[in-house]
Amino acid sequence: MKRFLIPLGIFIVLVGFLAVGLKLDPREVPSPLIGKSAPDFNLPLLSDPARHLSPADLRGKVWLFNVWASWCTSCRQEHETLLEISRQGNLPIYGMDYKDQPADALAVLGSMGNPYVETVVDLDGRVGINYGVYGVPESYLIDKNGIIRFKFTGPLSREGFDKKILPLVKELQK
Amino acid sequence: MIPELGNFALIVALLMALTQSILPLAGAARNIPSWMSVARPAARAQSLFVAIAFACLAYSFLSNDFSVINVTQHSYSRLPAVYRFTATWGSHEGSLLLWTLILGLWTFAVTLFSRHLPDDMVARVIGVMGLVSCGLLLFMLLTSNPFLRMPMAPDGSDLNPLLQDPGMVIHPPILYMGYVGFSVAFAFALAALISGKLDASWARWSRPWTTAAWSFLTLGIMMGSWWAYYELGWGGWWFWDPTENASLMPWLVGTALIHSLAVTEKRGSFKAWTVLLAIAAFSLSLLGTFLVRSGVLSSVHSFASDPARGLFILAFLAVVIGGSLLLFAFRANQVGLGGRFALVSRESFLMANNILLLTACGSVLLGTLYPLFIDALGLGKISVGPPYFNSVFVPLVLPLLFLVGVGPLARWKQASVPDLVSRLKWGFAASVVVALLLPFTMGAWKPMVAVGYLSALWIVVGVAINVQSRLRSGAGWSANFYGMNLAHLGVAVTVIGITMVSAYESERNVRMIVGDTITLQGYTFRFNGVKHIDGPNYTAERGALEVTRNGNPVTILYPEKRTYLASGMPFSDSAINYGFTRDLYTALGEPLDGGAWSVRLFHKPFVVWIWIGAVLMALGGVLAISDRRYRAALRKQGRAVA
Repeated sequence: MKRFLIPLGIFIVLVGFLAVGLKLDPREVPSPLIGKSAPDFNLPLLSDPARHLSPADLRGKVWLFNVWASWCTSCRQEHETLLEISRQGNLPIYGMDYKDQPADALAVLGSMGNPYVETVVDLDGRVGINYGVYGVPESYLIDKNGIIRFKFTGPLSREGFDKKILPLVKELQK
Repeated sequence: MIPELGNFALIVALLMALTQSILPLAGAARNIPSWMSVARPAARAQSLFVAIAFACLAYSFLSNDFSVINVTQHSYSRLPAVYRFTATWGSHEGSLLLWTLILGLWTFAVTLFSRHLPDDMVARVIGVMGLVSCGLLLFMLLTSNPFLRMPMAPDGSDLNPLLQDPGMVIHPPILYMGYVGFSVAFAFALAALISGKLDASWARWSRPWTTAAWSFLTLGIMMGSWWAYYELGWGGWWFWDPTENASLMPWLVGTALIHSLAVTEKRGSFKAWTVLLAIAAFSLSLLGTFLVRSGVLSSVHSFASDPARGLFILAFLAVVIGGSLLLFAFRANQVGLGGRFALVSRESFLMANNILLLTACGSVLLGTLYPLFIDALGLGKISVGPPYFNSVFVPLVLPLLFLVGVGPLARWKQASVPDLVSRLKWGFAASVVVALLLPFTMGAWKPMVAVGYLSALWIVVGVAINVQSRLRSGAGWSANFYGMNLAHLGVAVTVIGITMVSAYESERNVRMIVGDTITLQGYTFRFNGVKHIDGPNYTAERGALEVTRNGNPVTILYPEKRTYLASGMPFSDSAINYGFTRDLYTALGEPLDGGAWSVRLFHKPFVVWIWIGAVLMALGGVLAISDRRYRAALRKQGRAVA
């Protein structure tokens, strides 16, 4: 009898791990940039290519840096969440249009709504490399001193934002 | 209207599935014939209503009903009709419905081909399958309803371009036929455990069903591998991706099960073990579904990460697998020992085969879940890649291949080693010589190639000697015997394909402008530039590569770089010139400055042998099912009843 219980025992251990695994997100990868200064850039704005924006301009603010593109389907999944965050007005979102045609990006914002205070254009993806972007969308939470505090890869969900990012934002805004 | 009808059909199907499981199982336990006789009609009604639900969903896709969320998310008005149909199972919800539909088909098949079985056995088998149907239907209705509506959307967001391929028309249904087919062997095993009648006849009944499911799974995996080869544009044929592993694990255990069933049927041994394998094969199919659907492991195949769904599947797994393993623990010790056998015998070889296959499956399971274990223990994020799988898997497969050659020649009960040696020594010597010489024909001698050839030739020699002695002994046609040998030959063919392509493939990743030529393994590729073309739901840049060999034209290949209109997703469509001894594989990369393109060129020797071998294995399975023995039993019983 005892040896016939072995398969069941193995299975119970497996279920335990799977249950814990359900709570983990395989896409939540720690970034080496956390706790470091946000890499600098000086990029043209999507709304007006003559003007430029750099992280230094945002000193003193806690802001969300969201890397997206018009060709990225999962970015559309998170678009509604970003719009809600921007409507609440607690956290300014700055976008970076990554390896994209500005005209396409403007068309997306025109048809789906614009959650961004401003969007900068990273045509060739060089700034993306500095930020370690490997899958769009990616979001970075940057504090008043320009330090990256949190990074999220993949589409943001409302639930995930409220649970993981919002408490941190409140903490940092104090 | 039609989606509501589909939803209603699902609810009716759930009620039917409940009837199909509760009444027959209770009837069999209390020996009430009228309750047991409900099994067949209820099962048929259940499959019919699932089929109606499936037809409703397919209709919604074909008629572009963008008020159905599922259709909006996975279809597009300009998507060609055939892909609108396959989009029916392109989503999480749709593929679950397909799973349930195929379970219905297998159940329906059991109601048709079970006339020769005792009534209580049929009632239990159909009852157990009904329980599985209940779980899936509940899962769909509670967390993944494919018929949910929303206000009419103007258009859909298109099917994932990867899935817009002729392969997607048949690959998922065939793969699911395999996965789900193991539910029959599972149901037979549980029925035998419940009734306590684990005998040779149980094994004989299970065998054709198991072999059928295994043949489908073999074909399904082969198609998946081929699809990944031509569709993903990387030229690889196996990636050790969690989803591929999820299909490989039930296949390995299913292969062990086929062999172990043979021992149980012929010799009455391995009974408890065979039952455990039958449970394990189907459990791994369910586990595969869990891994793919729950988002526990990130993989290119993950459709959606939804914790509620994951939790439901996990609970379902715990009940189905945990329940059957508990039943096994209580009943397995009542199973008597079978016939004894010597250290060297057909049984001992098959036991070694089972151990190796299970170890291989265990190593794949460990590699697939290891990142999850480490993460769950809070030890960090890691990923396990091909280096682990290759270094663990290959050493396990080599002795297995040796057994494929020698095992079928050994006698049951006790085999004589000197006899085996004298039958095989010349064949072995010839294999060694040929295996050592053949790699020279490819230009570079590599030890792994010689090992690969030796394994393949050894199997061929074993098959040849086995067939020859059967012919000489004057024994007549046996579909089972020739089916086995055909499947084993298939293994040899696949081994040659894998060996050759792993050792000798060559790849060039180059920048080309119009008129550039590149020579690879004697083939000259001339880049004739790209042309803009418009597809039904995409636009594309189509490159033209003229291939010549020694100045003689071979072919012109047209790889494409597509952009899909609805999703804006870029997609690289490869172009391949297939050949018996080599494939020429081309894919377009990115456009570069000055009108140049990055182009990927591959020369892949013998790569199609991998899939030809798999087809031979599946055909061997089909041949074995046609064996008269299974039908003879059926006819005899039929007459007795009449």
